[in-house]
Amino acid sequence: MTAIPSSEKIPVTVLTGYLGAGKTTLLNRILSEPHGKKYAVIVNEFGEIGIDNELVVNADEEVFEMNNGCICCTVRGDLVRIIDGLMRRKGKFDAIIVETTGLADPAPVAQTFFMDENVGAKTRLDAVVTVADAKWLKDRLKDAPEAKNQIAFADVILLNKTDLVTPGELAEVEARIRAINPYAKLHRTERSKIALDEVLGRNAFDLDRILDIEPEFLTADDHDHHDHDHGHDHDHHHGGLKHYHDEDMQSISLNTAKPLDPDKFFPWVQDLVATEGKDILRSKGILNFKNDEERFVFQGVHMILDGDHQRKWKEGEERTSRIVFIGRHLPEDKIRKGFESCIA
Amino acid sequence: MAELNAPLPSLADRARAVSAEGTIVGVHFFRQVPVFVLGEEALLFAPPEGNRLVAIHGGAILASAADGQRIVTGGDDGKLIATNRDGEYETIATDDKKRWVDQVALGPDGAVAWAAGKVAHVRTGKGEQRDLEAPSTVAGLCFFPKGFRLAIAHYNGATLWFPNAAGAKPDVLEWKGSHLGVTVSPDGKFLVTTMQEQTLHGWRIVDAKHMRMSGYSARVRSLSWTHDGKALATSGSEQLILWPFEGKDGPMGKQPMLLAQSPARCSVVACHPRQPVAAAGFADGSVLLVRLDDGALILAREADGEPVSALGWSAEGQVLAMGTENGSAGVLTL
Repeated sequence: MTAIPSSEKIPVTVLTGYLGAGKTTLLNRILSEPHGKKYAVIVNEFGEIGIDNELVVNADEEVFEMNNGCICCTVRGDLVRIIDGLMRRKGKFDAIIVETTGLADPAPVAQTFFMDENVGAKTRLDAVVTVADAKWLKDRLKDAPEAKNQIAFADVILLNKTDLVTPGELAEVEARIRAINPYAKLHRTERSKIALDEVLGRNAFDLDRILDIEPEFLTADDHDHHDHDHGHDHDHHHGGLKHYHDEDMQSISLNTAKPLDPDKFFPWVQDLVATEGKDILRSKGILNFKNDEERFVFQGVHMILDGDHQRKWKEGEERTSRIVFIGRHLPEDKIRKGFESCIA
Repeated sequence: MAELNAPLPSLADRARAVSAEGTIVGVHFFRQVPVFVLGEEALLFAPPEGNRLVAIHGGAILASAADGQRIVTGGDDGKLIATNRDGEYETIATDDKKRWVDQVALGPDGAVAWAAGKVAHVRTGKGEQRDLEAPSTVAGLCFFPKGFRLAIAHYNGATLWFPNAAGAKPDVLEWKGSHLGVTVSPDGKFLVTTMQEQTLHGWRIVDAKHMRMSGYSARVRSLSWTHDGKALATSGSEQLILWPFEGKDGPMGKQPMLLAQSPARCSVVACHPRQPVAAAGFADGSVLLVRLDDGALILAREADGEPVSALGWSAEGQVLAMGTENGSAGVLTL
């Protein structure tokens, strides 16, 4: 059998973002920079703005349910077909970029790479990149569930059009993003200008890259925060940012230094995603099992979990188990208690 | 095939090797001459006296069908092209929006059907064209044996359409889910689709009674009716699976026949046109000839790790053509 190693699979970047946020600008930037790489670009049927690329495929975004209506088993039927067709031209491109419509839910796109064997055998999901409009995102988070999904699902977020807002507005929208998704890489951009290696080649779904799942807002990032107005603000602070609580989309972080019992953990996590999977958008974990010299890592999209032993714990490495769930109306107490009951 | 105790009788060293540049996605015949359909642009005519590459499409070739007179191909250049035995080709349709032409079927009377997006087109033997918009993207096309009716697979079922009956409302066979390929039994009584899931779905056409055919380890991507039409051979498992379609109930309540147990997954099947024999190609590169009466096996291609992607018999069944994903191919004359 020829199992293609992950490193040789064609990487696929999913570009999401609400209407007008700057997706197409980013796409054209990616395509026009002198990187010497060739991209196959899958755009939605409404993407009429000119894209200057040799290999552009128009897709009708068709979300198909599998398994007789299980809502977590949705795939993008058009992607299954298009990727099958594109792979006939392998060698003609180095990577695939999928641009979704502004109203698209990223989950079916991501699930396609785990649910369809043929797609998963030849391509790998690299990252979900979401472009957000610094001026309007705050409003969209209130009135557009799609916009919130796209933020919650993202591995990389471009907070775009920062030149159109004040430093205070920028800090606020950033804090609102962090309230939903503290784990994504967040970049402030103008006209979607960004170094391409920040959006491409991220390996965000690669188990071997689940090294660090610390929330970003607890660590000092490389952005310039000096223009924030720290002194006159009475809200709760984290690293110079206001802390918000989103009404329906949260992340839950669990950790313990005590070893877990795999015979308790796997039934628990499988039952959790079976019952709450429709509300859990993303999950990631690094686990320390008792009597196990290797760390176990997993990541998931809704009900689909993918996990494996990653490597030996290093000498002196802190053997802490950490799990993160991002989702909607998650029953935090139940999840915490369930996790604690998995301690060996 | 190291797992097997006794070595299989083998014809593999009698096959004539053919090397194609790039993935082979299909194979058809003009009499004894195999023609490999490549993933990109070209057909490779492979008579014993030498290969001949005929470039016909400006991109990927997504679908092909043949009737002995012509090979009709659809491409990502939005074109439907017919090629004859001399390698002469003509564009017989172009999608007005340059969408992918990814489904093609031929009828017995010179009719051709193709699809781009949601629209299925039929051009009759007399040259009249009819179009039908399906409820979602057309994922499979197949003419009924007499050629009057077309089956169209799509999301949540299949549509049965008489292209010549102007104004007649098509029948719809419903079943939830994404139906990707479609075939009609040679007696015209049963319709079977391959699904996104690892299963087949079938209907008895007279009463739309459902049949589920499951137990596969992968999506079923290749189907072939036996020479007598009494069984449907399928890929998608670590063996060749044949569903019985004798009698009025088809496979309902019956067990499939499991032959040619293999360490690798069956990727392509092609039944012999005259004899109770099927060729089964596997993901490890092996091809087995399977005698359906007793399950006896003959090796037609050695496992070399290159997934078999195309199998085809000449009309009389004297020549078997075998193609793989990396372009190495073989032609075995029996």
